[in-house]
Amino acid sequence: MESLESIRQRILAAVPGARIELVHNPSPSGQHSLLVDPSHALAVARFLRDDPHLRFDYCSNVTGVDWLDTEITEKVRVRLLIEGVEREVEETRKLLRPGYLEVVYHLYSMALRHGPLILRMRTGNRSDQIRLPSLTPVWRSCEFQEREVFDLFGVIFEGHPDLRRILMWDGFQDHPMRKDYVEPDDYEYEPTPHGAVAEKARRHQATAAPPPGPAASPKAAAQTPPASH
Amino acid sequence: MDPGLRSELQRHGIFVTTLEQLYNWGRSNSLWPLGFGLACCAIEMIAASMARYDLARFGAEVFRPSPRQADLMIVAGTVTKKMAPQVVRLYNQMAEPKYVIAMGACAISGGPFKQGYNVLKGIDRYIPVDVHIPGCPPRPEALIHALMTLQQRIAEESLLSPKRPRHLRPDQPGEYPVPEFGPHDLVPPKNPEVWKPPILRRPA
Repeated sequence: MESLESIRQRILAAVPGARIELVHNPSPSGQHSLLVDPSHALAVARFLRDDPHLRFDYCSNVTGVDWLDTEITEKVRVRLLIEGVEREVEETRKLLRPGYLEVVYHLYSMALRHGPLILRMRTGNRSDQIRLPSLTPVWRSCEFQEREVFDLFGVIFEGHPDLRRILMWDGFQDHPMRKDYVEPDDYEYEPTPHGAVAEKARRHQATAAPPPGPAASPKAAAQTPPASH
Repeated sequence: MDPGLRSELQRHGIFVTTLEQLYNWGRSNSLWPLGFGLACCAIEMIAASMARYDLARFGAEVFRPSPRQADLMIVAGTVTKKMAPQVVRLYNQMAEPKYVIAMGACAISGGPFKQGYNVLKGIDRYIPVDVHIPGCPPRPEALIHALMTLQQRIAEESLLSPKRPRHLRPDQPGEYPVPEFGPHDLVPPKNPEVWKPPILRRPA
């Protein structure tokens, strides 16, 4: 497979107006990806599928990522006038990067036996600009997986033939894989809690009303053996 | 009846029993499980019913496809919140006297998926469970042991005592409310009539 940079150049030549960014992955796997702007994503996807040297005919995986608002601190060198003398001073600036939802597609070519090519798309924010174009018209295998991303992350795919929840029931209102999802508090009975479960059980105990009836003695509760890890 | 006298009579070819023993012997040796599996525990349940482990030795090999013909529900696997109403509805449709075995860590407590948003933390929040089997998944021997435990309990259900079978006790309902899908969780999230866990207090 040719390099990502050359693929990017060829997409830019083939799809006029497209904005494509190369997202670098610094980990040892080095799976770099292409960030596509949503308005041209469908044309880019068609190009990747139909180009005779690429022929990405198979979309193996669609998944979502939830990025919260993050504060980025960066150090900038600034020229300032201090006591009449111009000096270069280092200044820390804090930037608030607004959060967004990201959808990641893994593409392979069955015909040419190469891949994966990783495509990304980002929404405007996490609340009202959450619409992205569906790539189901290009790769049929995206259908259920885009429904899953819709179900768990709340991304609305425009042009999807049948956008319903797929894992949770229809009346469910939350998106459980979002990082700010609040799960129902059902940690009433935790005989051997440890880690995060112990934390949640303690929180439940603090918020719940004191229950009627005889309580197990604290001694007996303290004697419950801790779990092995 | 004195067991010594009974064995003495048996030696002379006279077999004495009580109606109650005969009734419970028949019931405990013809348990018909409902044939449904929810996750990997079902594979162990299938293995237990096949030739190698041979659940048929205990009279429980007839896995029925209809709840109307079954009297034992083996909850074999993870009960998701989406599946829980259907499990309760199947229980309601089964004929009395009916029994429930919760097989595996998931059916008991949610198991490794306990912190998930979609897994019910134990089927005993909605229906009464007679035997719990720990394990992930439990081996077929464990299921056989659970079945033997259940048979023993059925044999001990005296017909006139307070420990009589469920269908002879007016305080035991034959049906339990089926939970509904709510906007954030099942409604209600548990049935407090059925699920009464001990309250644990521990120092903060």
